[in-house]
This record gives sequence, structure tokens and C-alpha cells, in this order.
Amino acid sequence: MEFFQNVIQLYIERKDWFLELTGAHITLSLTAVLLAGITGLLLGIWIAECPKASGPVLTVANICYTIPSISLLGMLIPLLGIGNPTAVVALTLYGIMPMVRNTYAGITGVSSDIVSAAEAMGSTRAQIMLKIKLPLAMGVIVAGVRNMVVMTISVAAIASFIGAGGLGVAIYRGITIYDTAMTFSGSFLIALIAIVSDGLLGIVEKKIKKGMHLV
Amino acid sequence: MEIIRLEHVTKSFDGQKVLDDLSLSVNEGEFLTVIGRSGCGKTTMLRLINGLQKPDSGKVYVEGEDVDNTDLIALRRRIGYVIQNKGLFPHMTVEKNISYVPVISGKKNKEENHRQALRLLKLAGLEESMAGRYPSELSGGQQQRVGIARALASDAKILLMDEPFGALDEITKRAMQDEVLSLQAQLHMTIVFITHDIREAMKLGDRVLVMEQGRIVQLDTPEMILRRPADDFVRDLTSGDRADRKTGKREE
Repeated sequence: MEFFQNVIQLYIERKDWFLELTGAHITLSLTAVLLAGITGLLLGIWIAECPKASGPVLTVANICYTIPSISLLGMLIPLLGIGNPTAVVALTLYGIMPMVRNTYAGITGVSSDIVSAAEAMGSTRAQIMLKIKLPLAMGVIVAGVRNMVVMTISVAAIASFIGAGGLGVAIYRGITIYDTAMTFSGSFLIALIAIVSDGLLGIVEKKIKKGMHLV
Repeated sequence: MEIIRLEHVTKSFDGQKVLDDLSLSVNEGEFLTVIGRSGCGKTTMLRLINGLQKPDSGKVYVEGEDVDNTDLIALRRRIGYVIQNKGLFPHMTVEKNISYVPVISGKKNKEENHRQALRLLKLAGLEESMAGRYPSELSGGQQQRVGIARALASDAKILLMDEPFGALDEITKRAMQDEVLSLQAQLHMTIVFITHDIREAMKLGDRVLVMEQGRIVQLDTPEMILRRPADDFVRDLTSGDRADRKTGKREE
């Protein structure tokens, strides 16, 4: 109990610091989410339309995704130095995989009868993509976004080890000065952000699926 | 007057000949039914007409234009296409489905599109109140009617139908067949209608095209197909139908 009192005490005493770290954490994650989201979406659309490219792109994205986060960060330091930009690059590389995979799966999963009907009715390729394939794939794509957002928020905690900001700083400092309450405080806030984001995106996902009459 | 013409068309998939030197001429206002086993090339033939498939050799002409040398997007917007109920867009309301071709063709007048959608709904035998529903909320027969209404939205003179009633129960199917016959009488469209149901082919077609292994076995009026089947295959195909006619089982 005393421990939790310490934690609350710490939140009150260092409110500004935690707010700043939370803000930095969200900014860092959001930047990577936006970059990975856009890149992944475009790559996913591209490989869904050009099947020849799908193998290589998915393989590369899969390799990036398989590398443990701390190794990826470590390997980027010689190239990009330490700090936020390196963290953003690493998080983006990480987030692209779930985005590409889900966009690709969503689009190629649209029934060929429906696509064929759209084509037979005189749709251009762009119209088929924008009016048929993307809307019908949206449920799967949003599931990918959700997956990616939660992952980015958690991996962003590790980014502090290479000098980026965010709540990882509190965890890291807590460890170095043997202050378990501080480590806990940072960890707890990260968990909270992840859970809240996941919940919000879950609602969005449900709404979209309902709006598209996919359920 | 001739509206669709296929000249010595050959088409193979993976070395397998699907259409073998096929020539065909369809007249304006004609109702042509096409029947044959699955894999006999009937769907491929249909998809040549709106350019979804290209012939390996031979020519396809629609309204006098060489399909290989024309604006395919514009051509397809002028040709109605109906497939089994899987072809409706599940994320669009009935009205949006029907207005799809006008909208992608750049007709942005919402009021006009709305009025046309309601008119077509009625024409296809549906209530106006269906406009706001989604395909998943409709029965199989209703979905098929929407499919037909949607195909008519392009003011199509040609209607291509690929086993449109294949998934319907017998009663709904008959109702839909009558519906299509009366629509054709009203709108004087040219219809190419694929089926694997000989009764359907005989009931609907002005002429019936019997296909086997990518070739035309017989192309004639239902009457002549019954009286002078070209070979054993056609005879077998029509024997059930013939028996029905003799015993008067066939309801028309």
C-alpha cells in the first residue's frame, strides 16, 4: 500500500514532468503511426495491385518486423545517431509491417465476383480501388492500424534507451536510481495510453464495420 | 440489324482451349440464351463481349465497333451486366448500387439519380422503400431484381446475364424469368443470357445457342432445337424438356 502511496505522491509532485513525458510519448508514437500508416497503406495498395511486388515487399517488411526492437534501435544508431529521429525511423519501420499486411489482406480478400462486377460495369481502376476495394477492406485495415498503434506505443518505451523522449525516460531513470515507484509510474502510464488507444480504435473499428455492413 | 458479332474467336487458358473458332451474330432486340456444361466456354464468350477477356485470335464487334480498338470503360458503361447475387456491392444501399454506373460516369445530379433509381426499382418489381436497404437485408430474389435494376441504369441496349437466376428457388426463378421477358418486351433490349438450365434456355430464348468444348453445337430457335437436335448431346440435353412438354408437366 505504501508503494502505491509513493506512486501517487510521485505523480502529484512531478506532475509537470509526467505530463511532459506523456506528451512526448504520444507525439513520438503518433508521428511514427502516421508515417507507418501512410507508407504501409500505400505499399499495401501497390502490392495488392501488382502481385509481382507483393513477395519482396512482404518479405522485407516481415524482416523489419522480426528484428527485436532493441536490436533495430541499436543498429540504427551508427547510421542516424541517437535521439528522436532515430526512434521515429525505427518505430515507423516496425509499424509498416502490420499496415502493409492488413491492407494487402483486406484488399485481396474482397470477393472477386464483386470486383469483376465493378469492372464489368465500366469502373476505372482507380474507381474500383476507391469505391469498392478500399471501403470493403476498411475493417481489416483498421484492425491493422489498431495493432500497429498499440505496438508503437509499447515499443516507444524502449526508444528512451537510445536517447529519445517519452515515458520510457521515467522507467529508465527509475532503474538507474533504484526508484521502483518511478519505474512503475512510467510503465503504468504507457499501459494506460495503450489500453485507451486500443479501446478507442476498437470503437472506430466497430463503427466502420457496421457502417459498411460487413458484420 | 446485327448488334454483336464474334468472328472466328479462339481463346485458351493455360494451354486449354476454351473457345475454338467461334463465330456468332446477335441481332438487335434478340433474346439469345446460351447453354452448355460448365467449362464449355459460355462465360468466357460473354466476357469477350464487354472486353473483360480478350480473344487470342479473331474479332469481337459490338454496335459495329471492334472491341479490341474501343474505349472499354465507355463500352462497359453502355452494357448492362448481371451475375448471380454475389455481384451486388454489400457496402452500398440498394439505391447506391443502382446509381453506381451513373455516378462513376460523372452524373452528379443527385436528384436525377435518385428519381431514376426509384423508377428502376419499380420497373424491376421492387418497392420504393427498398432504396435505403443493404443487399444483405434482401432475399435472393430481391437481390436479383436489384442486380437487374442496376444493369438497366446505364440505359443499356445490351444486357449480358451470366446465370443470373442460378441461385434462386424454382418459384422465384420462374417469376424472375417472366419479369425479364416483360422487361425485354418493354425496353427492346438485346439480351445474351447464360444458363445451365435447359428449360430456362428454351423458355426465354428467341434463339438458343448450345455450346460444347468451346464450339457451337447448335444455334436455332427452341422449336427447331427440339425438333431437329444437331447431335446426341443436344438430344440428351433436351430429352427432359421434351418429356415435360409431352406429359404437359411444363408450366408456362
